[in-house]
Amino acid sequence: MSEIKKIEEVNEDISWRDITPGGIAPWAGGAEAFTTGDWRTMRPVLIEDKCTGCLLCWPTCPDTSIMPTDDGKIKYDYDHCKGCGICVETDRS
Amino acid sequence: MLRQIDPDVVAAFPITPSTEVPQYFSQFVANGQVRTEFVAVESEHSAMSACIGAEAAGARTMTATSSQGLALMWEMLYIAASMRLPIVMTTVNRALSAPINIHNDHSDAMGARDSGWVQIYNENNQEAYDSLIMAIRVAEHADVQLPVMICYDGFITSHSVENIMLLEDDLVKSFVGEYKPQYSLLDKEHPVSMGMFDLPAFYFEHKRQQAEAIKNAKQVLIDVQNEFAKISGRQYGLFEEYKLDDADIAIVIANSTAGTAKDTVDMLREQGVKAGLLKIRLFRPFPADEIVKALSHVKAVAVMDKAEGFSAAGGPIFVDVRSAMYGKADGIKVINYIYGLGGRDVGVYDVKRVYDHLQTIADSGQIDNLYNYLGIRE
Repeated sequence: MSEIKKIEEVNEDISWRDITPGGIAPWAGGAEAFTTGDWRTMRPVLIEDKCTGCLLCWPTCPDTSIMPTDDGKIKYDYDHCKGCGICVETDRS
Repeated sequence: MLRQIDPDVVAAFPITPSTEVPQYFSQFVANGQVRTEFVAVESEHSAMSACIGAEAAGARTMTATSSQGLALMWEMLYIAASMRLPIVMTTVNRALSAPINIHNDHSDAMGARDSGWVQIYNENNQEAYDSLIMAIRVAEHADVQLPVMICYDGFITSHSVENIMLLEDDLVKSFVGEYKPQYSLLDKEHPVSMGMFDLPAFYFEHKRQQAEAIKNAKQVLIDVQNEFAKISGRQYGLFEEYKLDDADIAIVIANSTAGTAKDTVDMLREQGVKAGLLKIRLFRPFPADEIVKALSHVKAVAVMDKAEGFSAAGGPIFVDVRSAMYGKADGIKVINYIYGLGGRDVGVYDVKRVYDHLQTIADSGQIDNLYNYLGIRE
């Protein structure tokens, strides 16, 4: 089997000889290298005045796209958010 | 043989006639004769799913099934192969429903021939035993990394009592060796994700790579068989030729009926008829060039299929053999016989009718019927 590729090497120019066998992704946190939120049709928008920083939305996000910030609130990772709306449903404020 | 291989995980669901494989094996587990984790599941779909999970986790994994069980595994068969998981399964061949029938034909395994599994067909218990031990080495080989299906006939082979030569436990253990997967989900030093989503930019490359892997299985099987011959004294090929080298007429056939047909060949040889036989062993990948070369000198060939295929253009082995010969062995008359469906008995004299038909074709140079059904009531 082929040697493990670096994540930057697996792009749309890679040959079948070099691609990872069976579609294995031998990199932890590999999603960071790919923008997967670009087909989103709705997006969550933070209303700064209302957010209490309860973080109830944070564990419910299926794409770990809610990132706590230093000021005790959150911001959204729009590169990976699919706009599913679960965080909106969870929000209490 | 499963006891001797002592796999890490066996996940299986009972179905006639493969039931005895997990049944006897679970006794070995209960007796502490193996260290295997035996997973009793609720269906064959679950059995193959559990095998996929275990193999992905880095465990050497085996299972067994037949007929409807294999059919229920269908979705997961493709996933096992595409994820490059070297699971080894005994497929005890049985007809598919409907009508329900528990007896032998090859419709189950032939339906799975495009699933990406390596398929090896076996005539008798000795060959099935030997092939299963070799299958571990073929499946796990770095150039292959694919699941392997060891096929043999339900009841005719699976429930027949015959003397076979076993290898010593230690010899089997050292031959199969320790399983060291390059990637596994339990390797916390090298975390991986498996079963990923592929967009059109990558899927095609993964399929091309998988195609290369199954192509590699042919040479790997040759090497493993040669190595196995040194420890067992039993040498296997990609297929077996029986009195074929000077034959005028020949049949191509898989599994137990090859044994019957060898008796027919012997009988015809005594009568001065130059009959021969080619027994399929490795069917996926299909050793096309080698088979064409072995048949290149005969006048007429009958390819015997124990599965209909319902293509209306011949059974599965026929289609592959004739396609392989096209442009490379033109002029040889090739016909197809469907035989023994649902366990219909096929004896020495039934096979003789095929050779008689071939002799007529060889003498006249004309094919009367391309597609034939052996012993069907017209």
